[in-house]
Amino acid sequence: MRRMIISLGLVAILAAACTSGGSSPTPAASAAPPSAAVVSTAPSVAPSATPDACAAANLPTVTGGKLTIGTDNPAYPPYFAENADGTKTDPWELGDPTNGRGFESAVGYAIADRLGFAKTDVTWVVVPFATSFAPGPKTFDFDLNQVNYKTERTQTADLSKGYYFGNQALVVLKSSPLAKATTVAELKDHVYGAQVGTTSYDAIAAIIAPTKPALVYDTNDLAIKALGNKTIDGVVVDLPTADFITNVQVDNATIVGQFDGGTPEYFSAALTKGSPLTDCVNTAIDSLTADGTLDTLASKWLPFQDAVPVFKP
Amino acid sequence: MTERGQAARGRRRIDPRAIRSSVIALVSSIVVFGGLGWIIVHAPGWPAVQTSFFNGPILRESLPGLLSAFVVNIQLFLIVEVLVLPLGLVLAVMRGLNGPAFLPIRVISNIYTDVFRAIPGLVVVTVIGFGVVGLGLFDPRTDQRLFGIVALTLVYAAYVSEVYRAGIESIHPSQEAAARSLGLSRFQSLRYVVVPQAVRRVIPPLLNDFIGLQKDTVLVSFIGVVEIFRYAQIKSAATYNFTPLIGVALVFIVVTIPVIHLVDWLVARDRRQAAQGVAR
Repeated sequence: MRRMIISLGLVAILAAACTSGGSSPTPAASAAPPSAAVVSTAPSVAPSATPDACAAANLPTVTGGKLTIGTDNPAYPPYFAENADGTKTDPWELGDPTNGRGFESAVGYAIADRLGFAKTDVTWVVVPFATSFAPGPKTFDFDLNQVNYKTERTQTADLSKGYYFGNQALVVLKSSPLAKATTVAELKDHVYGAQVGTTSYDAIAAIIAPTKPALVYDTNDLAIKALGNKTIDGVVVDLPTADFITNVQVDNATIVGQFDGGTPEYFSAALTKGSPLTDCVNTAIDSLTADGTLDTLASKWLPFQDAVPVFKP
Repeated sequence: MTERGQAARGRRRIDPRAIRSSVIALVSSIVVFGGLGWIIVHAPGWPAVQTSFFNGPILRESLPGLLSAFVVNIQLFLIVEVLVLPLGLVLAVMRGLNGPAFLPIRVISNIYTDVFRAIPGLVVVTVIGFGVVGLGLFDPRTDQRLFGIVALTLVYAAYVSEVYRAGIESIHPSQEAAARSLGLSRFQSLRYVVVPQAVRRVIPPLLNDFIGLQKDTVLVSFIGVVEIFRYAQIKSAATYNFTPLIGVALVFIVVTIPVIHLVDWLVARDRRQAAQGVAR
């Protein structure tokens, strides 16, 4: 009986911890330095940092004088690519971020360049998705891992301006009757899969709104396995990943179309909440957008965007 | 309750030593739990941890979805439990069969329980959910929950059969000898004498395995089923916040703790009854 009281007490402590969290919902924000304003994508917000503060030498990076960029391992193409001779630096799998090949690797080095870091001063670390927003000190200065901007996420992490704007796409087996679908309405009565933690799952719920519950897998690879098993009729992924799946991973799969959800999705660099680097990274992305570098990199590494038809409602 | 027992209780009520030990227990609890709480709350990272793990608004927002996803876990748990009870008993009886003719049956049961207790549950779920489905022998559109049920049943039948076996072996051989001397067959003595006593004896450890089963229902998330853990992951990734997982913990605490205390109570009752049996 006494043990039961203690157990109930523990539940009460948990509940109390949550309640006090509710009464002051943003303790982390109030503890953050005032310079770290919540990142906004509105173009009217001018970067407040002076050029001086963003000079490589003045940036308080995790390793002084170096820029450390995080991404998950395996580093999937087309965001990352292996070396021209097929080798990869340990511990990277599938792609090698350190060679500047692949879209996100190239973007990482381009941002580093604008911040004033030489290519040799850039290091890459493995950051699993959940680690990128876990509380506590981070091992990276910013994380490039196809993170979609979501307002809710900015309560815990700083998300930069977008470095890639793109839609979600539907991948099915070529033999599927869905392969010829052109409208969202044709997609309703099927089972779809997506990777957990992605906006692809949101797209299934919000855009397709299928009559059968979606299946949610730990990785895109498992979702593709389920597609091959015909457990699911289609996988929803972002367009560049859809291209990689259909061109490299699965022979008999095809991209049916892309979803225009109204508000375009975009990938952001993820930074520690209140990071002093956020404004500088935003400035760098602004400048890479303005001079067309990002467009050039996208058409070099993700060159198929316009070929994929957009689903009609 | 005897008169002596009541007298003893009455005496204890006015015993100053009892009051003293209660006070000591209270003070030490306050020091230990208060101290731990103080250390956590004053840790430099506490505000960030509180926001990302104990976020009231996010908990309130995710709780209804967590509870409706938990229905899937309850379905899995109840169905697997019903399947596992007879299957485990069959395996245990198979393993206990004497005689050279039954060797293959004993070997099958032995290998089964060894292998399925050795393999991590997540591996079994994955192999069934992706590998067996991939054989193409079943309709691939079969509800994925069914494959989860098969996988969990395979794993837990092995555990439960070991519990049954321990129960059967704990029944003194004289019981079976007596039954056989009354003219019951080997099967009849097992059916009417040994197994009924064994089952009663193993109820607490069986419930213990079911607590494990309750929690292992989250493994089915790996083959795509959106149950409570997968729902929490989805919410967690959407908000960059771990509070939905704390919500999962709360739901499991509320469901599991009554079972845990039922087990404790049953064990204590068995011990009391056994002690009385000896005294008699």
